[in-house]
Amino acid sequence: MSDAIAFVRARPEPLDPPPTFSRGALAWARSNLFSSLGSSLTTFVFVALAAWLLPPLFRWATVNAVWSAPDGVLCRQNQDGACWAFVAAKLDYLRFGSYPVAERWRVDVVEASGAGLIAWLIWPSAPKRAWGALLFFVVYPIAAFFLLRGSPTVGLPVVDTLLWGGIFVSLLTALVGIVFSLPLGVLLALGRRSELPAVRLASVLFIEFVRGVPFITVLFMANTMLPLFLPEAWTPDRFLRPLVGIALFSAAYMAEEVRGGLQLLNRGQYEGAMALGLNYPRMMALVILPQALTMVIPGIVNNFVGLFMDTTLVSIVGITDFLEAMNNAFKDPVWSGPTIMATGYVFAGMFYFVFCYGMARYSATVERTLARGRKR
Amino acid sequence: MRASASTETLEAAVEFVAVHKWYGAFHALRNINLTVRRGERIVVCGPSGSGKSTLIRCVNRLEEHHRGSIVVDGVELTPDVKRIDEVRREVGMVFQSFNLFPHLTVLENCTLAPIWVRRMPKREAEDLAMKLLARVKIPEQAGKYPGQLSGGQQQRVAIARALCMNPKIMLFDEPTSALDPEMVKEVLDTMTALAQDGMTMIVVTHEMGFARQIADRVVFMDNGEIVEINAPDPFFDHPQHERTKLFLRQILR
Amino acid sequence: MNAALLNDPRVRGLFYQGLLIAVLGALLIGGAYNAYVNMAARGIPMGFGFWSQVAGFDINLHLIPYSGVSTYGQAFWVGLANTLLVAAIGIPLTTLLGFAVGLARLSPNWLLSRSALLYTNIMRDIPLLLQLLFWYNAVLKSLPGPRQSISVGGLVFLNNRGLFLPAPVPLSGAPWFAAASGAAALAALLYRHWARRRQELTGAQAPVGWVSAGLLIGLPAMAIAGFGAPFALDVAKLSGFNLRGGIPVIPELAALVFGLVTFTAAFIAEIVRAGVQAVAHGQVEAAAALGLHRGLADRLVVVPQAMRLIVPPLTSQYVNLVKNSSLAVFVGYPDLVQIFAGTVLNQTQAAVQVMAITMAVYLAISIAVAVALNVYNARHALKER
Repeated sequence: MSDAIAFVRARPEPLDPPPTFSRGALAWARSNLFSSLGSSLTTFVFVALAAWLLPPLFRWATVNAVWSAPDGVLCRQNQDGACWAFVAAKLDYLRFGSYPVAERWRVDVVEASGAGLIAWLIWPSAPKRAWGALLFFVVYPIAAFFLLRGSPTVGLPVVDTLLWGGIFVSLLTALVGIVFSLPLGVLLALGRRSELPAVRLASVLFIEFVRGVPFITVLFMANTMLPLFLPEAWTPDRFLRPLVGIALFSAAYMAEEVRGGLQLLNRGQYEGAMALGLNYPRMMALVILPQALTMVIPGIVNNFVGLFMDTTLVSIVGITDFLEAMNNAFKDPVWSGPTIMATGYVFAGMFYFVFCYGMARYSATVERTLARGRKR
Repeated sequence: MRASASTETLEAAVEFVAVHKWYGAFHALRNINLTVRRGERIVVCGPSGSGKSTLIRCVNRLEEHHRGSIVVDGVELTPDVKRIDEVRREVGMVFQSFNLFPHLTVLENCTLAPIWVRRMPKREAEDLAMKLLARVKIPEQAGKYPGQLSGGQQQRVAIARALCMNPKIMLFDEPTSALDPEMVKEVLDTMTALAQDGMTMIVVTHEMGFARQIADRVVFMDNGEIVEINAPDPFFDHPQHERTKLFLRQILR
Repeated sequence: MNAALLNDPRVRGLFYQGLLIAVLGALLIGGAYNAYVNMAARGIPMGFGFWSQVAGFDINLHLIPYSGVSTYGQAFWVGLANTLLVAAIGIPLTTLLGFAVGLARLSPNWLLSRSALLYTNIMRDIPLLLQLLFWYNAVLKSLPGPRQSISVGGLVFLNNRGLFLPAPVPLSGAPWFAAASGAAALAALLYRHWARRRQELTGAQAPVGWVSAGLLIGLPAMAIAGFGAPFALDVAKLSGFNLRGGIPVIPELAALVFGLVTFTAAFIAEIVRAGVQAVAHGQVEAAAALGLHRGLADRLVVVPQAMRLIVPPLTSQYVNLVKNSSLAVFVGYPDLVQIFAGTVLNQTQAAVQVMAITMAVYLAISIAVAVALNVYNARHALKER
């Protein structure tokens, strides 16, 4: 049958299940854990390491840990376990800093509305996103500032920025950074692609300057030099100065993201818009930017995550962010002990990890959804 | 004009005996039985997903079979890495997407394997490569990089590269499917010349005119199994099986 | 002015550019004027005279001579040297770790690749400052005192005063050892060259790797056997309340290097993984189909293509490491930012000059690397039509 010139199938072949050894857990282990001598050795080493390292860590975090206590006495006695009671006791301070307890609802309102607006803007199929953009970029910053700082005219007691601290400050700083850096970044990206040499030069110089220096120097510069370059009467609030630095810093990175999106758009979009007779501003606003910005939403979210992690540096200019609040909390003599630093840092690490990793995964999902829409 | 398989060399170049393969739970190759004689030209055709690429990739063990035996040039294919490398030296393969090495020149692409696998001196390898590049009619491109060539030229380089190892069997996995129409002919002409020189060839292709011209046998596959095998003229003019008839109707409008 | 002129895109272009230059110019001049007025009012020096003034503060790690009577200018050089020290130690270490983790990500062993994935995900999503503070405060500061130092093999000691490495003290065998090492390196290179020529001419392959390793280990070993040990290790010893001898590494430097290396390695691992995976699978298949075994295929086909993709973002990470070393100010390591943009700026109040110089240094590093990278890209780009 096999080497005759002609062959015609009489009956279809039966559809057999795969041999048992090539599927199931055993086969998976064979190919993924023990596929070679080296692989098997590695597996054993890892299992041994895990057996050695993981149980003590697990015990530190759960079994030996002090979960609730009124002060640090119990924690000082249980030195081989985490002091979660410390975190629980300090949680309010870590969230709000020294913001007066009675006014904390204002912080919650600002956080919730911010989250809502962001979700609206990022949701690929949300309606009327232009309104959301207007609210988010124009109305929200002003409203949030008034709500947080307070003003006698509106009947809200003033809360000095010195009292602000903790997680909400970290979120606020990152948010302000994004809100102001996105429009600025778009302008810079367009400037960098401009055909006018002066505009392009100015954009390139700004972007490369900001990206070439450490973030901390930008903060220092904003903190020490801004009061010098502005007239005496306009000296900005100590909270505002680093925000300016953050906005400018983030704008440069945002510009690169947006530029990437603009380059991805194929030339046909530009040509189609021009053929329709749209002038430059209209073409940008109606055709190019909406598409480019949608494509770089994942990049923008990543920028936000990066910025959120960078806000930990603002403590150097006197702003009490989450990490600084944690450092302050360590100084409380009631709770002092050998385990609270490790506990606090582990908690902070988990918080940042969950938040940042969650946002990064979300943007990856959005990226996949967008890519699906593009592929045919 | 078609040169037929020599009757003196009737040993099998490739032999599939009761070969099965699964991708996970999907039964991709079902009881394949096929013998390719030395010097024979086989064309494998069929709808996409029929397993024809899988079949040909099992010959040089780019894919593993799970049941049955495949014997290539007298050597049975097993997980033994040393023997697999030995088999691959004697089996040349041309891919749909060329797979030329972009960081090497055309000449270096061709001399890489002879130098490192057959341990040829560089001069000898280069002479061999130039000879084969002349055979595929692009010797002047020897100093260029693959990115600087057209698709048809790249595929011809790929053929020359495979021939530099002096293989006994040549496998072609849809060699013209990724080419612009005007370049298909130059590659098919190269393959026809190769066939006329007596090379054992297994070709997976949709080019039925080419199949008719050079094949000794045409194998039709569908759904992982071999449905019909015949010499080209009877295959195209008088298909026997219903599925063969359906397939031919669809592609020969 | 007629309408045609107004609508001419070139005229408009010139107009907008003129506008931009005017606005920027106004901002610059206004800012400079304000700065002048403000600085004069507050008695802030406006020149660079402070450079040769006595600094009056001490620095606990200085690679060049420095004391309480050194000038601000000398403090700058100390800070710069300390920053470069971190870079010199950190970059090779993070490259090793990053490549190791990146290759582990590509391993067929599920445990190894998942662990590497876990590592990169965690390290990249926790702020660098948090990691630094953790290593400095929670780990290094809570080490025992010098009397109960943790010892690694009796040679390396860890305590809350720092890391104490053994210092090599040259002995009589040292010059022979150095000569043997140099000779071994030269011999290995020559052998490699000879093997390559031989392969070109006859096709025969020589075991370059094994022979080179043998030379690099064997010749120095023979020197040790023949002429005695090349150096003795001056191990830190407890003297009074502290350890003396050896090479002391202050905890600030140890924490900074450790944090930077582990953090940057996570990014390098991703770059390595992406670079290798970007090499199309068809390349590996084509190499295999030609009979090249796995090692040869990797060396001749995959690595050259992967390195082209890896080198640009890799150098970018090196620059990031240098920039991130500015976080030294949070752990008290006396780097450029901590000394110059910190202490010196506070003492002299010459914010504009100090910040300008500091930023110029980092910019110079970034630009130098960018230029070098452009040259590399131009040379190694794959040629297309």
